[in-house]
Amino acid sequence: MTDQIEKLTNAQIAWRAAQDIADGAYVNLGIGFPEMVAKFQPEGREAVFHTENGVLGFGPAPAPGEEDWDLINAGKKAITLKPGAAFFHHADSFAMVRGGHLDVAILGAYEVAQTGDLANWSTGPKGVPAVGGAMDLVHGAKRVAVITEHVTKKGQPKLVERCSLPLTGVGCVTRVYTSLAVVDIEDGRFVLREKLAGLSFDDLQAQTGAELHRPGPVADLIVPEL
Amino acid sequence: MDKTLPSLAEAVAGIEDGATVMIGGFGGSGAPIELIHALIDRYLATGHPKGLTIVNNNAGNGHVGIAAMIEQGMVAKMICSFPRSADPRVFTELYLSGKIELELVPQGTLAERIRAGGAGIPAFYTPTGYGTELANGKPVEEFDGKHYIRERWLKADVALIKAEIGDTMGNLTYRMAARNFAPLMATAAERTIVQVTKLVAPGGIDPEAVITPGLFVDGLVEVATPAQEEALNRAEAHHP
Repeated sequence: MTDQIEKLTNAQIAWRAAQDIADGAYVNLGIGFPEMVAKFQPEGREAVFHTENGVLGFGPAPAPGEEDWDLINAGKKAITLKPGAAFFHHADSFAMVRGGHLDVAILGAYEVAQTGDLANWSTGPKGVPAVGGAMDLVHGAKRVAVITEHVTKKGQPKLVERCSLPLTGVGCVTRVYTSLAVVDIEDGRFVLREKLAGLSFDDLQAQTGAELHRPGPVADLIVPEL
Repeated sequence: MDKTLPSLAEAVAGIEDGATVMIGGFGGSGAPIELIHALIDRYLATGHPKGLTIVNNNAGNGHVGIAAMIEQGMVAKMICSFPRSADPRVFTELYLSGKIELELVPQGTLAERIRAGGAGIPAFYTPTGYGTELANGKPVEEFDGKHYIRERWLKADVALIKAEIGDTMGNLTYRMAARNFAPLMATAAERTIVQVTKLVAPGGIDPEAVITPGLFVDGLVEVATPAQEEALNRAEAHHP
């Protein structure tokens, strides 16, 4: 069972997702965990990062004390600019998003369904609802990928037949990178592409809330120590 | 033509009870803190304007800016995408006790509704929100095999925004990511009032660099060293 299997850390999941980003791609990384993907761009490749509050081509956080609070990302954290950066207003920013001009968006998830439905903005009717750009981003990119733990803290599957939480978007996710596997969503089903070498297919299936299909070879999911 | 106003107090004098007010800014970047505080000062002195509907991406942070407006009781309704922040207590408490209304709008839809309002487009179709609870009650249509929901334009009585350089005719430039919603809001309000960090004579801005043409601007007031909401909150500032 997976108790003995070393699942991937968040950094390793982010690293794996970063390997699929091409040189020169325009990329939006969701707030929080997905932001980590930027750190793991392969040598020789440089993506251009978009933040929906109106910046293309931003770099890492400035040193403490060097923050300029007019220069922040969607998570309201201070950022820096790379050569070739650009500013624009919100309608242009979301034209980039909805208009399909971004190559990749990488988002977090509470649940992903085999149909590509995503739930990542609300855990239900309690508290103050807040959506931000989540519902726009799922319709944004040519490729919408999710990075996530394979199961919840309580061990419940996050890859499911149908989402039980409020939806962010319908049929929008194309690939899921989890702590155990890489799964594509094709024609309303989960297609397993990679899994940890020490994990049997049956064990992985037992932790997945919908059927995993194997129309082609399944590679080992190999990541470096980070 | 000279659209400059003599004071912040004068800049916010015409805003009436029940008005819809668009306020620029994404979090603290671009927040016109001095205009907001002048409006709060007027409310505290006169009891007006009250019952405002505020359009902004957020619902305030800490006890300054929009959070302070809400805290003083001037705001009946927020139209925003993300009413959470580092310190959202002021909005959260009123919302959970039913004392303030919330219209939650996805961020890109909020931007496009404002753009449409300014452009004379009463409604548009967007994929954003289709199949979600935020699409409840909205007309759905299929275009080229994909589903879209209809959203209405959003207009305001007044827009309060912050710009970097303004000339006396109202042409504006912005500073970095502080631009965010401001150029859209400037087009969608009956009256657009701007605080500029630097006021110059016509000709002082290269026409190639103008982001908001002066036609959209009704009044400007210079605030040479504007406060940053983030810095105020780190200093745990309150207004008043």
